[in-house]
Amino acid sequence: MEHVELFFKSIFIDNMVFATFLGMCSYLAVSKKVSTAVGLGAAVIFVLAITVPLNWLLDQYVLQPGALTWLGPEYADYDLSFLSFIMFIATIATMVQLVEIVVEKFSPSLYNSLGIFLPLIAVNCAILGGSLFMQSREIATLGLALNYGIGSGIGWFLAILAIAAIREKIRYSAVPPALRGLGITFIITGLMAIGFMSFGGMLTGGDEGAKKEETVVEVTTDNVEKKELANNTKINE
Amino acid sequence: MGLLSKKDTKLITDPLADNNPITIQVLGICSALAITAELEASIVMSISVLFVMGVGNVVISLMRNIIPSKIRIIAQLIVVATLVIIVDLVLKAFAYELSKTLSVFVGLIITNCIIMGRFEAFALGNGPWRSFLDGIGNALGYAVILIIVGFFRELLGSGTLLGIPVLGDPIEKTGLYAFGYENNGFMLLSPMALIVVGIIIWVQRTRNKALVED
Repeated sequence: MEHVELFFKSIFIDNMVFATFLGMCSYLAVSKKVSTAVGLGAAVIFVLAITVPLNWLLDQYVLQPGALTWLGPEYADYDLSFLSFIMFIATIATMVQLVEIVVEKFSPSLYNSLGIFLPLIAVNCAILGGSLFMQSREIATLGLALNYGIGSGIGWFLAILAIAAIREKIRYSAVPPALRGLGITFIITGLMAIGFMSFGGMLTGGDEGAKKEETVVEVTTDNVEKKELANNTKINE
Repeated sequence: MGLLSKKDTKLITDPLADNNPITIQVLGICSALAITAELEASIVMSISVLFVMGVGNVVISLMRNIIPSKIRIIAQLIVVATLVIIVDLVLKAFAYELSKTLSVFVGLIITNCIIMGRFEAFALGNGPWRSFLDGIGNALGYAVILIIVGFFRELLGSGTLLGIPVLGDPIEKTGLYAFGYENNGFMLLSPMALIVVGIIIWVQRTRNKALVED
């Protein structure tokens, strides 16, 4: 149950693009055609599924305060967490190169469809963001970390697929000239993000989900109260 | 302007408007939008990027002849990551609350595409002084957009600027609130950042027709 919850949460509620704006650069740059968007999206899922669990291991056994106890009790005081940025990004960059080499050797057809996107991915904020969120949300087990990686990858994939499809269609619409291209893409993404916020109430079991929902509810009730207050004052007047 | 030739000045002024990294080059949007709900966070983020860009561009430019081109991405990432760790530790030491608000987005400066983009496009082919100016110019262009977005989101969303109420008190109904004005809580939610940037792009391209895409 925990797995299912985390999976859906990372796809819809904490969607990489719409909730945290990660990977926006490649999201905007490579979303002109559906076919290329699918390629990049698949590559992101693939790389996230590899790097998040790897960085989880790194975090648990090297970086966290006291993580080095497996080397011996005298290492218990070490806290290397300030190194996490550099370790994570080095892992990601090397993994991306490694994946590129392995895929090229064993599956040329996959390489032809994914290959050109892999170098792009090393500097995609969604990948590093996945690892950093994994660290800051304190995901408990390796299985959950893998799950989180795949889930956020799928969320990113869905987002880029949707915007690419919309951009292919919008070419035939009468958009004001100054908004054409980038401007309208931003606004559409904003509207899609508002749409995705409605998933916020989907899960109530998880701690964070519940918290998030509470804040959303608070905002809405706040507004309702304010409106009521405003109405009342008007009536009183 | 004895220090800066005409060409050098252009390096700084160009990215501010006509070649803005966010609205024209489409770089660095990732870490920019999530933190612009408050003006203060936007300013701190801008300063951090300014530091990383300025120093990073100089370092890469000095090393440009000794980095083998095959592993240059990893080399660049290591340089940025080191600078970002410095920024992160400084923030944690002197502005702990703010570093909590910025959370992972400080770390995400590493993969901020502006930085990698400028390394690739400029610092690898130019001397340290020009690279420094280019870095500063682009970071300022980024800062301008961040601060505009932060300004409008904080002003319309919570009626404050840098945490100081400027439109009166919403509970006691003073200032603008006396006339029935309401804060738009929607501006504080993340999707509005995208829409505000969309509007900035719209305004900019309406004023300068040369930037309009087909």
